[in-house]
Amino acid sequence: MAVFSRGFGARRRDTDPNLPPGQYLTEDFPVLSAGPTPRIDTAEWSFDVIEDGRGLARWSWDDLLALPIEDIATDIHCVTRWSKLGTSWRGVSIDTLLEDVDSEATHVMAHSYGGYTTNIPLEDLTDGKAWIAFEFEGEPLDPEHGGPARLLVPHLYFWKSAKWVKGLELMDGDAPGFWEQNGYNMHGDPWTEERYW
Amino acid sequence: MIVGAWRPARVADVAAATPTARVLTLDVPGWPGSDAGQHVDVRLTAEDGYQAVRSYSLGSYGSAERIELGVDEIPDGEVSPYLVRDVRVGDELEVKGPLGGYFVWRPGGGAPVQLIAGGSGVVPLVAMARAAADAGAAASARLLYSVRGPDAAMYRDEIEQLAGHGGVGLTWAYTRRAPEGWDGSVGRLDDERLRGAVWDATLRPDVFVCGPTGFVEHVADALVRLGHAPERIRTERFGGG
Ligand SMILES: Cc1cc2nc3c(=O)[nH]c(=O)nc-3n(C[C@H](O)[C@H](O)[C@H](O)COP(=O)(O)OP(=O)(O)OC[C@H]3O[C@@H](n4cnc5c(N)ncnc54)[C@H](O)[C@@H]3O)c2cc1C
Repeated sequence: MAVFSRGFGARRRDTDPNLPPGQYLTEDFPVLSAGPTPRIDTAEWSFDVIEDGRGLARWSWDDLLALPIEDIATDIHCVTRWSKLGTSWRGVSIDTLLEDVDSEATHVMAHSYGGYTTNIPLEDLTDGKAWIAFEFEGEPLDPEHGGPARLLVPHLYFWKSAKWVKGLELMDGDAPGFWEQNGYNMHGDPWTEERYW
Repeated sequence: MIVGAWRPARVADVAAATPTARVLTLDVPGWPGSDAGQHVDVRLTAEDGYQAVRSYSLGSYGSAERIELGVDEIPDGEVSPYLVRDVRVGDELEVKGPLGGYFVWRPGGGAPVQLIAGGSGVVPLVAMARAAADAGAAASARLLYSVRGPDAAMYRDEIEQLAGHGGVGLTWAYTRRAPEGWDGSVGRLDDERLRGAVWDATLRPDVFVCGPTGFVEHVADALVRLGHAPERIRTERFGGG
């Protein structure tokens, strides 16, 4: 049974069909992170793909920039309820990074500088759905927003787009990452509002 | 943690906290209880079915079916002006929660606790200060509360009370206007003022920082410069600048 809030609704915003349920439009770029912002020098940056504790591939910053770089135009949706439409990014497709990796994995744990982790089904990262992004709106990605590089998985809530990403761990099953252990959903589809447990 | 579905809530009390903020007390039948620092989603439904949802921290904690929110008005906002100006005792809304399992303080950890709030970011930290006092751990807790001016402090009286004899260590910081007779500086917290107001990094305190995004970024960066381990600094960003 619905509960009506007396007199509510006067200040409502225009709705937009590109907004998932329960989201509102922002022009800012707010920040959601669990702690302070790590600052990582690109000279020390590297990106690893690992499985069962073994390294399968590694890229330095220069290695990454030497790969095919894609322009990405997309909407982004944060579980704290803001959405930003029509953002532009540049980065390297996860398909490119996993091209030569031979694995039976079904899920991935993304690992970040600073210790953050988030879990994602592999099929949500492949076939042109996810990137390692290092430019936002034509500028290098700010540390507050995950620079030098973050995972970009725009069809899931934005906490899955791990900031300060440093590697992907291939897994043969699902396991909860940081926010997922702390009350947030294992998958995180904004269109079906997979927000919490 | 039990989140479950939307629960009807009835406004039991509204109290002005500052010229732009209010503390709302809600009766929530079946409320499962919460730890200090958690938040709820609040859902408002207009007569025509239109809905809006926002997150608000709990100033209360524990198992009572009565919870407390502290809301500061964002002038051009949609939901906060309604909660601060329009809502009356007896009105209904819905809540979901408690939410969040990370920005949480529970008694028994042993480490000193440092709470650092900007503006309405004090709400979940008041819950933690209350929980620390109730657990007999007030003396190991400190609160640094940064406000624009003396009239902008939410929960001022209760905070002063919690900080009474042997209670939570309290430091005020004023960014624009200080009260009469204030002999400290006024302005953004710099590293030196922060160092003087928080538990030293060598004591390995658990640090909780909450407020507008810009405030949290600034303080968390400064804490790392002062030697606090990043993994001991927990932050909650309310949005905005
Ligand atoms: C986990 C969590 C806990 C929160 N707890 C509290 C709380 O205890 N008390 C409280 O008052 N608020 C709290 N907030 C913020 C709250 O959820 C809303 O964002 C805020 O009340 C503004 O909503 P609105 O509908 O009035 O404004 P909107 O219509 O959503 O936004 C209006 C404009 O204000 C900007 N804006 C949004 N939020 C803020 C902000 N916090 N500060 C400055 N500008 C902003 C937006 O970018 C937009 O431009 C919390 C947020 C989160 C994520």
